[in-house]
Amino acid sequence: MHERNYTKLWWRNCLAIICLSVVPLLFVAISLYSLFDGIYTEKVTETLKRTAENRRDAIDLFFNERIAQLYTIANTNTFAALSDETFLKKIFEVMHVKSNSYMDIGVIDDEGNHRSYVGPYYSLLKEVNYKHEPWFNATKANGIYISDIFMGFRKVPHFIIAVMVREKNTSWILRVTINLKNIYDVLQVDLVGEGSDAFIVNNKNVLMTQPRSGGYYLEKPNYPDFSSTITTNAGRRNFEAQESFYASTKISSTKWVLVVKEDPAEILLPFQKGRYLMVFFTISGLATIVLGAIIFTNVLINRIRQTDQEDASKSDMLIQANKMIALSKMAAGIAHEVNNPLAAIAEVAGWMKDLLAEEDIAKNKNFTELDESVDKIEQQVARAKKVIHNLLGFARRMEPAKEKINVNTLLDETTGFLDNEAKYVNINIEKKYAENVPIITNDLSQIQQVILNILNNAIDAIEHSGTVTVSTRYHEKTDEVEISIADTGKGIPESNLGKIFDPFFTTKEVGKGTGLGLSISYTIIEKLGGRITVESKAGEGTVFTIFLPKN
Amino acid sequence: MEKKQRGVKILLVDDEEIFLEATARQLGVRGFKVTTADSGEAALLLMHDTPPDVVVLDQQMPGMSGSETFVEMKRINPLVEVIILTGNTSVDNALELLKMGTFDYLMKPINIDDLLYKIEDAYTRKMLNEKQQ
Repeated sequence: MHERNYTKLWWRNCLAIICLSVVPLLFVAISLYSLFDGIYTEKVTETLKRTAENRRDAIDLFFNERIAQLYTIANTNTFAALSDETFLKKIFEVMHVKSNSYMDIGVIDDEGNHRSYVGPYYSLLKEVNYKHEPWFNATKANGIYISDIFMGFRKVPHFIIAVMVREKNTSWILRVTINLKNIYDVLQVDLVGEGSDAFIVNNKNVLMTQPRSGGYYLEKPNYPDFSSTITTNAGRRNFEAQESFYASTKISSTKWVLVVKEDPAEILLPFQKGRYLMVFFTISGLATIVLGAIIFTNVLINRIRQTDQEDASKSDMLIQANKMIALSKMAAGIAHEVNNPLAAIAEVAGWMKDLLAEEDIAKNKNFTELDESVDKIEQQVARAKKVIHNLLGFARRMEPAKEKINVNTLLDETTGFLDNEAKYVNINIEKKYAENVPIITNDLSQIQQVILNILNNAIDAIEHSGTVTVSTRYHEKTDEVEISIADTGKGIPESNLGKIFDPFFTTKEVGKGTGLGLSISYTIIEKLGGRITVESKAGEGTVFTIFLPKN
Repeated sequence: MEKKQRGVKILLVDDEEIFLEATARQLGVRGFKVTTADSGEAALLLMHDTPPDVVVLDQQMPGMSGSETFVEMKRINPLVEVIILTGNTSVDNALELLKMGTFDYLMKPINIDDLLYKIEDAYTRKMLNEKQQ
């Protein structure tokens, strides 16, 4: 029979199960991951975008309110009234009551001269002329002007809001400096993460506010260039080998762009947790699959191995049974062909004996020799007859008797037959009977024949000095009685072990054994519903075990 | 060697000529009146000419088998006793024949003394049966 490679089978099965389970699992895990990643990123950018827009709206509102306030003041007061610094101071104080957005206020005439000023830089700014300042001209051109941050005459970063008023033939400008802290506060409000930031750049990518992460007014920001933003944008950007989420939006009242930045490590923290959880579950899943595959494959392979062994032993038994059938047929044929001539020889010899018994022949000088020769012929015929009759043991299909047998007693009786013979060759027959062996129903004389046969073989195997151990056991599970006969004889070489139940197989000298004893024993035990097995180690001994059903 | 005349008439049937002759002689020496036949057909003819007391009949023969011959013989003479000789596994057949009414069977090769005792037993039974009738 072809021997299966169980290791290879194990690996193949195990890997097949693992692959078939792992691939879908990984597929699901990866899809879920990327889906989740996509959704989360989208949500994050959306939130960031909204944050940027909210801040922009707040700043726009701030500017619009300032402009409105400024516009109202400019248009409800005359140039002459506002040129009076006492009056301007009063107005400035009123403006300050509701907000501290302003740093100073000034009225500039058509020629760029500071006509009145209220604020901390009085001595520095009172006498300056703005005629050539860009903002002065821009305000004159546009009517309303919000400047970028600039140093100006005071050499301090600041920005201004200016409105121009036409009065009669001339025009004048009301200008305020905005407290930078106000813009900064609006920008930075609710920025909680350590890596979060918000700042404003103008259209030349120059900082209009100070980012939290560092950088000063009018410097280039340490961030990507968003100065050309027109509509609100949000997304992941790499800058100097660091990936961050950015949202940028244009502030409508100025040429400024507001940028909000979030650190992915912080903003994606919930997602990271989800990711760890997913990785954990995926790995646990993988481990479960691998463990399951191993356990399942082990069980499967063991079952296959068991089935194979059963099949193998079944086919061994089948082969043996077929051998027996073939032998019975052959035995019948041989018996028929040999018996007739043998019968003739026997009768002729008998006749010769009769003739030799006559008186006159007895006087012949060769009489004794002739008589002995005829005796020898008869002996040899008797021997041949014995062989044939043994052979016929196969073909005899007698109904087995059904008797109640006490196996231990039967063994006692049977070993009793051989006691003398055993003693003579210095063999000790040891008995190890189990007490719970039940009474079985079977053919006593046939079982006895088998036991006798095996005992004889055991004694022959030992030759001189040794032990034959006869033991019994009861197997409750299978409801079988086990009789085991172990000898300390020369054992059976492994190469012969498979052949010992074969008919005519013998290792005894020619004429000593027919090679049928074990073969017949095998057939008998089979017929009686039992089985017989052999174990042997050359040089150590042999154990024959007979299993008989209880009923 | 005993030479007493027993007066028992025996018909010995076997296809093996040497066996037939050697056995017949031995039985003759022991005081039986032996006729031989080398086939079932020949034996049936002899049943009329020299009706035997006991028939020793081989089971395997070419032509009519022992069983067939036996059935015919019983039809010719229901009182005749038949001992079957069997050469092999046909013990089952021999048992079958025993049920049909043969006296006994012997496994070949036979021992002449065994045969002798069986013939005498068979003859005794025949005598008893004849008396009963």
